Amino acid sequence: MKKAKQIKDLVTDFDLYAPKLVEKEEYFVSGHRACQGCGEALAVRLMTKALGRNAVITCATGCMEIISSNYPFTAWKNPWVHVAFPNAASVGSGVEAGLKTLRRKGRIPDRRVKVVSMGGDGGTADIGLQALSGAMERGHDMLYVCFDNEAYMNTGIQRSSATPFGASTTTAPAGKTSFGNRRWKKNMPEIMAAHGIPYVATASHSYPLDFMNKVKKAVNIEGPCYIHCYSACPTGWRSASNATVKLGRLVVETGMFPLYEIEDGIYKMTVDPPTKRRPIEDYLKLQGRFRHLTPDQIKYIQERVDVEFDKLMKKINKN
Amino acid sequence: MSKRIGMEVAIAAAEAVALCRIDVAAVYPITPSTHIAEHLSDIVSNGELDAEFMTVESEHSAMSAIIGASTAGARAFTATGSQGLMYMHEMLPVASAMRLPVVMAIGNRAVSGPLNILNDHGDIMMERDAGWISLFAQNGQEVIDMIIQAFKIAEHRDVMLPVNVSIDGFILTHMVEAMEMPDQEEVDRFLPPFKPFETLHPDQPVSMGAFAGNDIYTEISKSKDMALVNSKKTILQVWKEWKKQFGRSYEPIESYKTDNAEILILTMGSMSETAEIAIDSLRAKGMPVGLLKLKLWRPFPYDELKKAVKGVKVLAVIDRAISYGGSGGPVCGEIRSALYDERNRPAIVNYIIGLGGRDVTPEDFMMIAKAASQAEKKAPKDRYVIYGVRE
Ligand SMILES: Cc1ncc(C[n+]2csc(CCOP(=O)(O)OP(=O)(O)O)c2C)c(N)n1
Ligand code: SF4
Ligand SMILES: [Mg+2]
Repeated sequence: MKKAKQIKDLVTDFDLYAPKLVEKEEYFVSGHRACQGCGEALAVRLMTKALGRNAVITCATGCMEIISSNYPFTAWKNPWVHVAFPNAASVGSGVEAGLKTLRRKGRIPDRRVKVVSMGGDGGTADIGLQALSGAMERGHDMLYVCFDNEAYMNTGIQRSSATPFGASTTTAPAGKTSFGNRRWKKNMPEIMAAHGIPYVATASHSYPLDFMNKVKKAVNIEGPCYIHCYSACPTGWRSASNATVKLGRLVVETGMFPLYEIEDGIYKMTVDPPTKRRPIEDYLKLQGRFRHLTPDQIKYIQERVDVEFDKLMKKINKN
Repeated sequence: MSKRIGMEVAIAAAEAVALCRIDVAAVYPITPSTHIAEHLSDIVSNGELDAEFMTVESEHSAMSAIIGASTAGARAFTATGSQGLMYMHEMLPVASAMRLPVVMAIGNRAVSGPLNILNDHGDIMMERDAGWISLFAQNGQEVIDMIIQAFKIAEHRDVMLPVNVSIDGFILTHMVEAMEMPDQEEVDRFLPPFKPFETLHPDQPVSMGAFAGNDIYTEISKSKDMALVNSKKTILQVWKEWKKQFGRSYEPIESYKTDNAEILILTMGSMSETAEIAIDSLRAKGMPVGLLKLKLWRPFPYDELKKAVKGVKVLAVIDRAISYGGSGGPVCGEIRSALYDERNRPAIVNYIIGLGGRDVTPEDFMMIAKAASQAEKKAPKDRYVIYGVRE
């Protein structure tokens, strides 16, 4: 008991101390053109810090590509390539295959270089899903990170299959006969877990250490890994630009976006939500995209969030 | 020493790819190119070639993967055709804009709809403007030769562009032909190891595939166009080296019995050999007819074309594809515009034949030659004729 408390104190102190251990070096540098308070850019920056120097990144078309690579400028200190919207994963798998052969043949230095592919929710859950599924199924030694801001932001806030129920977007607008997006958010982490890959995790820019630890863990695993990273988007969500970190916390505290990992099929919560989860309204009311929702609609969403949360907890408690 | 072989052409194509010591292949099955992929996977599985053989989940990913492999510095290859070629369409101009010297074999096949697995050139013509170097093989030997040449041309520092080789589906891919297969030592002597310009590696980080606004897109496009136009010099040089080493000669437009010809037929791909039979028999009857075989589709050989038609009265351009609602055949549209500025240009007639695997026979070319011979006196009433339509 005493020992457990000691460890707990140590962990609390560690959380205060740990940011000092984070890689000082920046690999996704300032000067890029993301909007003020962009959660996706923050998340990408954290990811590159966790990756360090020894990674090659393939990036799908989307906000992160557009804000970081206006020729002749680049925000990338990691080797980085953008090819198109649907294929960050297949390009990544090709890079991985290339590096693997060249290393085997002695044409590049004999060390492991991690290939990391990244895309938005549209580039991952919609148009890039086939390429991602193929790359994961083929078992490449690569990490795929989805930066989920819950719509096609780069093209102006159109809905994707990762847009939450009830959010107003430019192609699923709230109006006289509509409450916005009518479909529940696609569960990408489960789809990835169904591929039987060694590591799947959810993450958020508002829990930087948790996110970075997951990236590091994934990098060390040989084989395909997937991280689904919550990324607040003040422009698309009509939220205050200084609310980004707060939103990332609230979404976890309400249980709407639990932070967990699935390692070799075993589920584990990595950031425990409070025993009494906050009502989702706390989260929704900070965002213009949910402003039109009626109390009944919010209640309906709350019920679904509870069901989904319980489903996840069952899987976690099983272990 | 080259070896005389009797082999299915698709199998020979795979053997040629292996002789080029590729590092990565990413392929998706589609008739009639599939045997190339299958045999290549045999070669890799048997340990005869040290390469990654990627069985991707689509042609879009096949092209994406070899683009990725090439950015990593690997020599990369794919094979496809028809629906598969169109499925990777989005990626083709990217490969050329990124100046990645990948090589693709195309088993040419009609495009849907209706679905049809047999040969025509509708697939490659849809990719005409993708910025690739495009070669057309007329027989199995040319398939072997052009695949090996393709890597050398693509990777030449003055070029750095992707190359595709069109191989008529079934008519070539599935035929067993007598060919000469170079040996490894000969190919190694001809084709130096790939030296990429820049690669994706942490030891020297670079950003590739940046987006470009209106202040630079035009310049980038012009430089791609110039690279493609200028690549002809290297192509001719590589063909010269090939002739020197292997004795077989290649030209952008090859002439057959064109001396004193008044009528010329222009063909591409395997039908060129069929047309030769017609030319032989018409010449024997005293008709002044000859044949031009277009081997280099992109960059288009303007100078060679102008030279080849000098003094000729009628040029009959044979297309194996339609540009619907447009100029008829895509090849003829191009040739008409190429010759427009010539003072003494021949009358031009256009025949579209062999669509969706419809047989093309020597008799067809004889009919066409006869009809074309009238065109000098009286311009045909149609810009193009879809030949052999059953009505
Ligand atoms: C094949 C294709 N279709 C559509 C587009 C237009 N497009 C570019 S980015 C984008 C949306 C990106 O959304 P997401 O992947 O969620 O990334 P975000 O911008 O939100 O970070 C779209 C639709 C494209 N570039 N390519
Ligand atoms: S639109 Fe959203 S995701 Fe895109 S740069 Fe702006 S804040 Fe970031
Ligand atoms: Mg998005």
